[in-house]
Amino acid sequence: MAHAHEPDVSDILARWREHGRSGLLPCLIEAQERHGWLSPALCAQIGRALRVPLADVYGVASFYSLLYTEPVGRYVVRLCDDVTCYGHGSAPLADVCRAALGVEPGQTSPDGLVTFELHPCLGYCERAPCLMINAHVYGPLGAQGAQELLGRLRAGEPLPHTAHADPAPPPAFSLEGEGMLLARVGRVDPSSLADYEAHGGYLGLREALRRTPAQVVEAVKASGLTGRGGAAFPTGIKWESAARQPAEPKYVVCNADESEPGTFKDRLLMEADPFAVLEGMTIAAYAVGASRGYIYVRGEFHAAHRRLAGAVAAAREAGYLGERILGTDFTFDVELRRGAGAYVCGEETALFESIEGKRGMPRQKPPFPTEQGLFGRPTVINNVETLANVPLILARGPAWFRSTGPQQAPGPKLFCLSGAVARPGVYEATMNVALRELVERAIPREEIRAVLVGGAAGTFLAPDQLDTPATPDGLSTVGAALGSGALIVVGGSADMLAVVERITRFFAHESCGKCYPCQLGTYRQWEIVRRWQGGRRRPDDVERLHDVAHAMREASICGLGQTAANALLSALAWLNGPEKPEGTHGSAGDGDH
Amino acid sequence: MDRQVTVTIDGRQTSVPADMTVLEAAATVGLHVPRLCYHPRLTPPAVCRLCVVEWEGARTLVPACVARVRDGAVIHTDSERVRRARRTILELLHSAVDLGEAPEILALGEAIGADPHRFADGERRAFPVYEDNPFYVRDYDKCVLCWRCVQACGDDMQFTYALSLGRRGFHTHIATFFGAPMPETTCVFCGNCVGVCPTGALKGLEEYLLEQGVPAERLWEEKQRFRPSAEA
Ligand SMILES: Cc1cc2nc3c(=O)[nH]c(=O)nc-3n(C[C@H](O)[C@H](O)[C@H](O)COP(=O)(O)O)c2cc1C
Ligand code: SF4
Ligand code: SF4
Repeated sequence: MAHAHEPDVSDILARWREHGRSGLLPCLIEAQERHGWLSPALCAQIGRALRVPLADVYGVASFYSLLYTEPVGRYVVRLCDDVTCYGHGSAPLADVCRAALGVEPGQTSPDGLVTFELHPCLGYCERAPCLMINAHVYGPLGAQGAQELLGRLRAGEPLPHTAHADPAPPPAFSLEGEGMLLARVGRVDPSSLADYEAHGGYLGLREALRRTPAQVVEAVKASGLTGRGGAAFPTGIKWESAARQPAEPKYVVCNADESEPGTFKDRLLMEADPFAVLEGMTIAAYAVGASRGYIYVRGEFHAAHRRLAGAVAAAREAGYLGERILGTDFTFDVELRRGAGAYVCGEETALFESIEGKRGMPRQKPPFPTEQGLFGRPTVINNVETLANVPLILARGPAWFRSTGPQQAPGPKLFCLSGAVARPGVYEATMNVALRELVERAIPREEIRAVLVGGAAGTFLAPDQLDTPATPDGLSTVGAALGSGALIVVGGSADMLAVVERITRFFAHESCGKCYPCQLGTYRQWEIVRRWQGGRRRPDDVERLHDVAHAMREASICGLGQTAANALLSALAWLNGPEKPEGTHGSAGDGDH
Repeated sequence: MDRQVTVTIDGRQTSVPADMTVLEAAATVGLHVPRLCYHPRLTPPAVCRLCVVEWEGARTLVPACVARVRDGAVIHTDSERVRRARRTILELLHSAVDLGEAPEILALGEAIGADPHRFADGERRAFPVYEDNPFYVRDYDKCVLCWRCVQACGDDMQFTYALSLGRRGFHTHIATFFGAPMPETTCVFCGNCVGVCPTGALKGLEEYLLEQGVPAERLWEEKQRFRPSAEA
């Protein structure tokens, strides 16, 4: 199957060969960046160099939505059509794009210039409606702007992105005066280590290194910090359990895959304060005895990846990473990895599989990551925001942290406000803040129909449910959970069914396909909602949806399937209007068992 | 591991070794937990989720094929919570896959009252029948994605790695390298995959030809059509 015009990727293979199978995804990504798509000949070269069976190379290449096993255009235009962008007119914008490009969604122009795709949330919600052209983000885009941009593309004229390679990070606001987690955001040059140090950077690591690893674990436990990636697990307990493991080596992994629709807080931290993430990771590694770390960055986050890469290099140069850090005998270094379009790879065990060069499918737990994580070794995996809190805890003391915000969930928290608001962005508050206050700070543009709390895996709340505080207890009284911290405001003019269709489409698109309930259930619930859009409802539809929800929640392997029906079930209360589907019994969900 | 633990399964107390799975422990008290992807000679992939059971105190149901018993555990293998999940999974499976040659799965569905037509308005998975080698055919309309063939071809039996999973979600399928015909893959035609396939998706060529109505005396001649050299 050798092709005459295969590009040379020997330099890429040479760089990754020693990683073996773990180099597979990076090789596929880099080879595609050079060649445009992953031809059989390219995949065969990569498989042979890394000693991965060819069937598995194909299995991995065909798993990720940003990788192409068929030719695509020189430009791939990805228009976000998810909940937030939909609220900002992505549907009419899709028509504008089609006309301007002369290509239907999912198709490539006959001349091979452009491929057009409707995409799930790109993670640039503050720029809604937005699109990406290859690695560049454009937004907010009106019809005219889109026409102009895509007209240039069609005409072969240079695109304006060359002017500003690293666009501004999302707007950030603190409800806590000068800010805690956001104290440096917008005030320091994120490319400058010196600037970071001048603003309190690396004080936390210096504090940590003056203590024993066990004392650092104690400090984090005493702070009451809980995970900011969605599950709110106590960070100190996780570290303690990894520290106790005798097996070596151990790993610290930073989960920077942030793909929950409506969530862009981790991207803010990576773009605007990248050293804080590294410092947090380094402290975690010291505490649990890890010598190696990985940061797995969402594939669409190009600017964040560049920022982190720069920060890693600068930290290494200055002795904050590498051997004998700050003159101690503690050694730790970090490797950056990129995702390639798979929401499920944010699930911790799927993320490990992805780094190991396999399809990003979650593992059955137990064993838990702290026992057998990356490469089967004890691993601490934490969210970007969780890790960014750690230097604060060490520098200001666990007592200070604990006294900030509610006892149950102390410390600063980042909330992502998007949708029908005039001031979308990342808002810092403590978790006793009422949802209504957050929404009002972001200035609703119109009457509020609902707020989707927690992203696609979350719950729709009615306007009269917004006085609840954002604590776990507070939110559970209204059947919700904070999840990733996304609050998407759905305006009065939005069509709720169209919103729900996007959420169900998202899960059908992102299910990894490993376990039956989610592989089949996410698809069936999307189909049913699409039929509703066409005005076709069956009397037993709601009952069928509840049964599918039950099977997914109770029997799925991972959180994706377990939460894939939440938003839909909570939305039934809105869909029960004049077009109420027959057989509806009640509103939101079955509740938890 | 000789350590024994005591568990209660469907009201029956039993003392079993601590490293036993719930599936095995249930068998010691005469209970057969339904299962599909599980195969005694293969690593359980725990993908079908038909063997899920209710473990008191657990947030969700747990798969009996891989969950290990713990002392004092109280487990229900046939509660309504369990049955509703199992029944729905089987109904979903019916709607996507041709189970016509999977009598064991059909029997499971019948026993639990699964309605084979409940989701019949949904899309079915459809593939061509691959007749690309002289030994077996692959009819993935019948494939339930139990992973058995992939495991038998890989680490669990043959170490040949001709098969993998392709794509994802509803569109997941059993794949070779870019869909290459079997003779162009590493396949050594050991037949292990055919032997473990529970649905007739993989079938020996002779059996397939006989079903297609080829008379027995013409089998040899017909089979020549499938030799790669004959295609070239
Ligand atoms: C489908 C799915 C997607 C997830 N995506 C992310 C993600 O993008 N970022 C993240 O930090 N955690 C994500 N998680 C949660 C992780 O599995 C894990 O709980 C988290 O990284 C742990 O870090 P923390 O304790 O610091 O929150 C996801 C979970 C699921 C089930
Ligand atoms: S729940 Fe969905 S995403 Fe998670 S393992 Fe199962 S199929 Fe994959
Ligand atoms: S072909 Fe057969 S053995 Fe392989 S996954 Fe499908 S049903 Fe299972």
